[in-house]
Amino acid sequence: MTASQHAAKHPEVWRRFSPRQTLLRYTWYLGVVAVAVWSISALDVAWFFFLDAHVQALDMATRMWPPELGYFRKVVGPLIETIHIATLGTVATVLVAFPVAFLASRNTTFNAVTWFIGRFILVASRSVNTVVWGLLFVAIFGPGPMAGIWAITFRSIGFLGKLVAEAIEEIDTGVVEAIEATGASRLQVLWIGVLPQVLPVIYGTTVYRWDINIRESSVLGFVGAGGIGIVLYAAINQFLWQEVTVILIAVFGVVILSEFVSAAVRRRIT
Amino acid sequence: MAASSSAQAGDALRWQRIRTIENPWVRQGLAALAVVYLAWSLTTLEINWTRVADGLPRAVNLVLRMFPPDFSRGSLLFRGTLESVQMALAASFFGMILAVPIGICGASNLVPKPVYLAARAFIILSRTFHEIIVAIFFVKIFGFGPLAGVLTLLVASTSFISKMLAEDIENMPPGQLEAIRATGASFPQLLVYCISPQALPRYLGVSIYRLDANIRHSTVVGIVGAGGIGQVLAASFSRYDYDFSLAILLTIISLVFLGEFFSNWVRNQLR
Repeated sequence: MTASQHAAKHPEVWRRFSPRQTLLRYTWYLGVVAVAVWSISALDVAWFFFLDAHVQALDMATRMWPPELGYFRKVVGPLIETIHIATLGTVATVLVAFPVAFLASRNTTFNAVTWFIGRFILVASRSVNTVVWGLLFVAIFGPGPMAGIWAITFRSIGFLGKLVAEAIEEIDTGVVEAIEATGASRLQVLWIGVLPQVLPVIYGTTVYRWDINIRESSVLGFVGAGGIGIVLYAAINQFLWQEVTVILIAVFGVVILSEFVSAAVRRRIT
Repeated sequence: MAASSSAQAGDALRWQRIRTIENPWVRQGLAALAVVYLAWSLTTLEINWTRVADGLPRAVNLVLRMFPPDFSRGSLLFRGTLESVQMALAASFFGMILAVPIGICGASNLVPKPVYLAARAFIILSRTFHEIIVAIFFVKIFGFGPLAGVLTLLVASTSFISKMLAEDIENMPPGQLEAIRATGASFPQLLVYCISPQALPRYLGVSIYRLDANIRHSTVVGIVGAGGIGQVLAASFSRYDYDFSLAILLTIISLVFLGEFFSNWVRNQLR
């Protein structure tokens, strides 16, 4: 048998996957597609809306352009309020999230019950969106920035607390043992042994969350919780599309700026 | 170095706290700035303190009215939740697909500059605006209902996954890329044999994470009328049906918990 005959009889085609792997892979693909098809078909989407979607979009674009530049002056106040809501909410978050994080990490919590409480606070806080928290606090405090600050705080506790708790679980236990060996009280151990180790994480996460909160607080006004969202919602409801453009440009600028600041600070810290 | 040795000479046994910001002037200056900012922001915010003081009894009242949670309208609750989950699934699926071309276009080591800039502009623009703002526009264009919600989540998922994908491709070691190029591979071949094996695990991980994020966000786009459980929640709030609201909130919390659990499980399997 010559070499070419041998090659014809036993083709050595390189295959990346065995037949079993291939079958498994295609089963996965099929499953994913089936789920996607099921969810789209069950949503009873009104497809005829697509027919005039481009007309609607074009209509809106022509109404939005050009932006009414004189309106910028009126946007500055609400914009500052938005930043204040985000910042004050973040400050309040740090104060609350820190003790909760201690409860929620296995190596600093008191017992299983406190650990569970800590974890539950974190999960509940994260599951409820900022705007939903906003609904709740507007019902409590009435419309205004106060409700917004609370909403931002309650949503951010879960975010900050989770990341800090994870950082606490990964600290160097040697330091903690050394402090304990000096006869320090529990509080002193936390303050001197644990806190300095997680402080960089706290700073970084706080700044990161602040930048997210700026974006979140831009829509809190939709439920009446203060900030530029109130102006935006009013402009949309009155069909003042040229003012909407101005507000969107302003929001865009502030969000980009805050993201830039937050990234710069985090680069310095870590 | 000089500072620490002189400090040691002063009192050798004195323990010094480790500081994130070493320079005391900068540290205390920042603290002072923070205090000034707090004072400024609290005075400029228009907070009606008497109204806030009324808040505590109101909060107690609200909580009292929330208990016990009212699960009697189970079918409404179930339909809303199901709709949210379906919106999240559909948006994640199509977001995954759309993110591939956009992510590739957003990688500066693969595509020409104008394409790169266009893709990055899309990513930045859609990341900047909160889902609810995007949802309002889709509601205006496509009318009320889950379609607007799906499209909103779709935009958010696409930009998120494609950003991650683009960064992943940019961070790839250039060796493999050059090696495959040197064999004379075409661009599609480059994608199949070089990019996809390296990017796939992380891409799948990010997509699964996004599914979990979409479940969380699908609960809120309904507030502006874009379908899902959020719409039911907003309606119950505006009718002061607080016991039903609590039932919805508890459902959302358990749903998010399940979604997170699922997403963590899948990502561990992928690893």
